[in-house]
Amino acid sequence: MSAPRGDRPRVFIVDDHGLFRSGVRSELGNQVEVIGEADDVEPAIAGIGHTIPDVVLLDVHLPGGGGHAVVTALKATHPHVRFLALSASDAPEDVIAVIRAGARGYVTKTISGAELIDAVYRVAAGEAVFSPRLAGFVLDAFAALPAADQERPSFDPELDQLTPREREVLRLIARGFTYKEIARELFISAKTVESHVSSVLRKLQLSTRHQLTRWATERRLS
Amino acid sequence: MAEQTRTKRRRGSWRRIPERRLLGGVAAGVSARTGVDITVVRTVWVLLALAGGFGVACYLAAWLLVPATGQRTNIGSAALTDRTGITLAAGLASLLIAVFVLMSLVGAGWVGSFAWTFVISVIGIVLISRNAPADEQVTLRRLADPFIGFTGDTRRSRVALRALIALVLLLAGVTTLLLGHTSTALLRPLAGVALVIAAIVVVLGPWWLRVGRDLVAERQARARAEERADMASRVHDSVLQTLALIQRRAGDPQQVVQLARAQERELRSWLFDGHAPGSMAADTTFGAGVRLIQGDVEAQHAVTVEVVTVGDCSVNENLEAMLAAGREATVNAAKWSGVQVISIYAEVEPAEVSLFVRDRGRGFDPSTVPVDRRGLSESVRARMARHGGTATVQSVPGEGTEVSLSMPRAAGNGSPSPSPSPPPPPPE
Repeated sequence: MSAPRGDRPRVFIVDDHGLFRSGVRSELGNQVEVIGEADDVEPAIAGIGHTIPDVVLLDVHLPGGGGHAVVTALKATHPHVRFLALSASDAPEDVIAVIRAGARGYVTKTISGAELIDAVYRVAAGEAVFSPRLAGFVLDAFAALPAADQERPSFDPELDQLTPREREVLRLIARGFTYKEIARELFISAKTVESHVSSVLRKLQLSTRHQLTRWATERRLS
Repeated sequence: MAEQTRTKRRRGSWRRIPERRLLGGVAAGVSARTGVDITVVRTVWVLLALAGGFGVACYLAAWLLVPATGQRTNIGSAALTDRTGITLAAGLASLLIAVFVLMSLVGAGWVGSFAWTFVISVIGIVLISRNAPADEQVTLRRLADPFIGFTGDTRRSRVALRALIALVLLLAGVTTLLLGHTSTALLRPLAGVALVIAAIVVVLGPWWLRVGRDLVAERQARARAEERADMASRVHDSVLQTLALIQRRAGDPQQVVQLARAQERELRSWLFDGHAPGSMAADTTFGAGVRLIQGDVEAQHAVTVEVVTVGDCSVNENLEAMLAAGREATVNAAKWSGVQVISIYAEVEPAEVSLFVRDRGRGFDPSTVPVDRRGLSESVRARMARHGGTATVQSVPGEGTEVSLSMPRAAGNGSPSPSPSPPPPPPE
């Protein structure tokens, strides 16, 4: 991961703080190719549509609407652009909203430069990137109402629940384990860990689960 | 917890357990060896004792011949060298035998049925009371008190009155019993037994009361000791920690003043308002408690604490202890790991609450930590154990340390707040 690669991911940064954008830019250094920046929803949609980057580093909170507005606007027209949500400290419902809209992962701004580069490469490769905090949010969201939704059964019940293994992996991520450490802890390959995480991401995005929405609304209300 | 380990131990030779004794710890030993509940063992023993004194003789023999835990020799072997004791026992025994022989000659043959248990008991009492360790001797004296002329009771007139009433009841009872054999009235034996029991109660009642009181006092003393241990670990967490910090930052007067102020405030609120250090108002939740730890440790130790919480519930006494243990683990990580980031993961599940404190610092070899380092052993492990939880520490030198705490949520152990939503907003 340390040496610059031939196929450096092309990265677009969306954040309303100029200082933060330049900070990220310098942290990423020449490991990736930063091809553009934007500070709000509208310029971001225009810029990304114009440059077609591999990975968009997306702030969860933007003045002209949440980060999920950017994802939603571009998802249909540019399915190959991948989004990695990035924020200092956000309400779980906003983070989950960005993920549900289609982002491939979420990391906090306290992440180190090397870890951020690693995360960008992973997202570019189509993997899911879960920070401890996102793992906690997801566990919370799925654990909130463990029983199947009685009132409004969904089309695919499998999507509404995490398997015990997925739950286990998420808990370890939440505890601060890296994929490699999780693999060692559970006696599985790092590849398998990754597939569990991707499967969680899929469930999170595809589940029509009523609870997931209700969970978010309830949190927002209180 | 200590109690549990003892109940579990079933192998090895049979030992008396003086720590759990009412008398000599024989029943406790049997219970530990067989796994039968100690109350059951005691009940059986009392029944045996009532049946012709058989149980009493057995008990005393066991007391004499079975060594206590941690000791190699029994009281009997010590008694072998006690010439005076042996002479005394032999004298008493022969005297008793003579009395019994005389009584059976006179015609009261029924005494013979429990004569031998009586003789064995007397020999046992004499030898144990002379050769057992001091504290067991005291117990035995207390036990033998009412038989050896009501010693220690100064109000002689009252004792005499009691003895007189008992004698009358006993005589009436025995007469009724003896006559009952010839007459056909069914109720007579019952009345006789009742009278005899009444006589025993009159004689021994006060003594039983005293034994009961002593047992209660003992339990209270134990509770006090536990409270003291709790207090010691609190003082360690707050005052001693702050003093250590002040020593480290001696060069920065402003920091020192700030630390001292904070500590003073905390100590005052503990001593005068009853808020334990590091504890929160009664209505906060577990998640809020974890975030409080995050804030405090970040402020005091200039590290970043990353917190992830899943689920939430209200805090009770056990969870408060768990938070205190978690705080200690976090402070430990801040002080010793050598890294700037510590991760806390807290999860509230229906059955249990878990808390993980992890750092990627220098780690240590758990087996080389000195026993007297209070932080881990007392503040974390023992505190969790006292409240029914568990703590494990995993550490690899060079890779980091993780302290895992878990506390079962038994009935009443932290009522769930309406998860997933966080606690209701404070009233405006």
